[in-house]
Amino acid sequence: MLLITCPICGPRPEIEFRNMGEAHIARPTPEGTSDDDMAAFLYLRSNPKGLIAERWRHVHGCARFFNAVRHTVTDKFVTVYEVGAPKPDLAALAADLAADLAAREAGR
Amino acid sequence: MRFSFASLLRNAFSAHTGWPEQWRSPEPKAAYDVIIVGAGGHGLATAYYLAAEHGITNVAVVERGWLGGGNTGRNTTIIRSNYLWEESEALYDHALDLWQDLSQVLNYNVMYSPRGVMMLAHTVHDVQVSKRHVHANRLAGIQNEWLSPEEAKAFCPPLNISRDIRYPVMGAALQRKGGVARHDAVAWGYARAASALGVDIIQNCEVTAIRRGPDGAVTGIETTKGPIGAKKIGVVAAGHTSVVMGMAGLRMPLESYPLQALVSEPLKPVFPCVVMSNTIHAYISQSDKGDLVIGAGTDQYVSYSQTGGLHITTHTLDAICELFPMFRRVRMLRNWGGIVDVTPDRSPILAKTPVKGLFVNCGWGTGGFKATPGSGHVFAHTIARDEPHPKNAPFTLERFRDGRLIDEAAAAAVAH
Ligand SMILES: Cc1cc2nc3c(=O)[nH]c(=O)nc-3n(C[C@H](O)[C@H](O)[C@H](O)COP(=O)(O)OP(=O)(O)OC[C@H]3O[C@@H](n4cnc5c(N)ncnc54)[C@H](O)[C@@H]3O)c2cc1C
Ligand SMILES: [Zn+2]
Repeated sequence: MLLITCPICGPRPEIEFRNMGEAHIARPTPEGTSDDDMAAFLYLRSNPKGLIAERWRHVHGCARFFNAVRHTVTDKFVTVYEVGAPKPDLAALAADLAADLAAREAGR
Repeated sequence: MRFSFASLLRNAFSAHTGWPEQWRSPEPKAAYDVIIVGAGGHGLATAYYLAAEHGITNVAVVERGWLGGGNTGRNTTIIRSNYLWEESEALYDHALDLWQDLSQVLNYNVMYSPRGVMMLAHTVHDVQVSKRHVHANRLAGIQNEWLSPEEAKAFCPPLNISRDIRYPVMGAALQRKGGVARHDAVAWGYARAASALGVDIIQNCEVTAIRRGPDGAVTGIETTKGPIGAKKIGVVAAGHTSVVMGMAGLRMPLESYPLQALVSEPLKPVFPCVVMSNTIHAYISQSDKGDLVIGAGTDQYVSYSQTGGLHITTHTLDAICELFPMFRRVRMLRNWGGIVDVTPDRSPILAKTPVKGLFVNCGWGTGGFKATPGSGHVFAHTIARDEPHPKNAPFTLERFRDGRLIDEAAAAAVAH
């Protein structure tokens, strides 16, 4: 079970939360939006093997939504941030993680 | 080499030391007519039917790990065809037909055992949904019948049908033709038969890029064993489909989740059939080795960890112990996870893609083992003829744009 840090309540067990899928997928206005773009909004997902920006909801706590960046291979959280804040630069975060790992390997 | 009574006898007298390798392990050639990415059951079956039914033998199946080491070798092997919609009924029943004589066709014992799959209903809603399935199936000529709690217990004596448990059994839907098969044998049987027809199976070789020509059509792949040319590519990579399709610049309507299973210590034969409960995520049967094979639910978040949270399996065991009190004292031996690729409507995608020469067979999610023979059969047709077989024609990528979903999700979020 994951330990998830709610920005409001602090670290809590995963069963208090509901994962709400990929973050930063903006809903287009139906008028003037092509079927392809509407389908992309509704159904297409990055589903990355690596860092994902995703929404969580602390349903059994403060009930608030928030965003997080998590690594989908280790399931480790890299950061949590507020809804409405811009999407973190995932490539830069991934480079930081890789550099960290390299430094730790070198230190060994 | 063919398996027969005579060959078994001969090898018994030489202490079983004389059995040859069941498939070749060649180095990749420079190019193939068709490359299949992923040597799970579906990929291997596709290669086999390309060779056996369409005469296309210049085929390679490229696998990053070992063949059958993905979801094929990790699943709880439940086979049934009693899905709700006509499109699914036709596709899954096609597979069920092929299971009937698959061991004979492949000359390899896949241990298909039609012992009956019983799906429990625990709430009024469950009863209504199950009966809707039974009626829809009977209209389509698909076997499925409704059982009272007492009839369910007669079919599966260990079942607890007392009224005062947390999720009482209010009835069940039974497909008698449903059952199980030996997952490894399915992969091995198709690998052996495909290899004998000339298909190259290349293991420990990860696909890292898809090459395309100036017109956008695929020209080959790059792998950890170097580049390999191809006129056509079929991606059959289950949980990793989004990753592989991303190499061709395509975003997929898929999310990958860990799904777990576990097995108990071996017991004497105690459990005659397969029992599923979609409501409380418990799936159970007994293998021929004697161990109870138990399937659990998925985690709630996208992950490639191939493990999964322990609270998921704990929840399943809670349900198993209440439904089958005699299993409370049984010890569990092993637990593992696979990464399943889930579509928004919980139906698979077997189709051409916007990229010329690139085909995809994915989205089987939590329930594609049962479809292995049918999936390979119609996907081979799609690749060979450049057009879908009538049975997979509705299972396109475009259905999401066109709003023609095949919504099995409404029936059960998990559909082993
Ligand atoms: C725990 C569990 C229980 C299940 N229970 C059932 C059940 O009871 N009944 C049922 O019908 N279904 C069940 N399923 C679902 C079923 O296992 C799958 O739908 C089915 O096995 C998928 O087969 P496949 O051949 O497409 O995938 P896989 O067997 O996963 O094969 C895909 C292959 O692609 C390879 N690959 C991925 N990326 C690359 C790359 N870049 N290069 C080369 N190769 C690559 C992988 O290594 C893998 O071997 C279950 C799944 C799990 C995990
Ligand atoms: Zn909170």
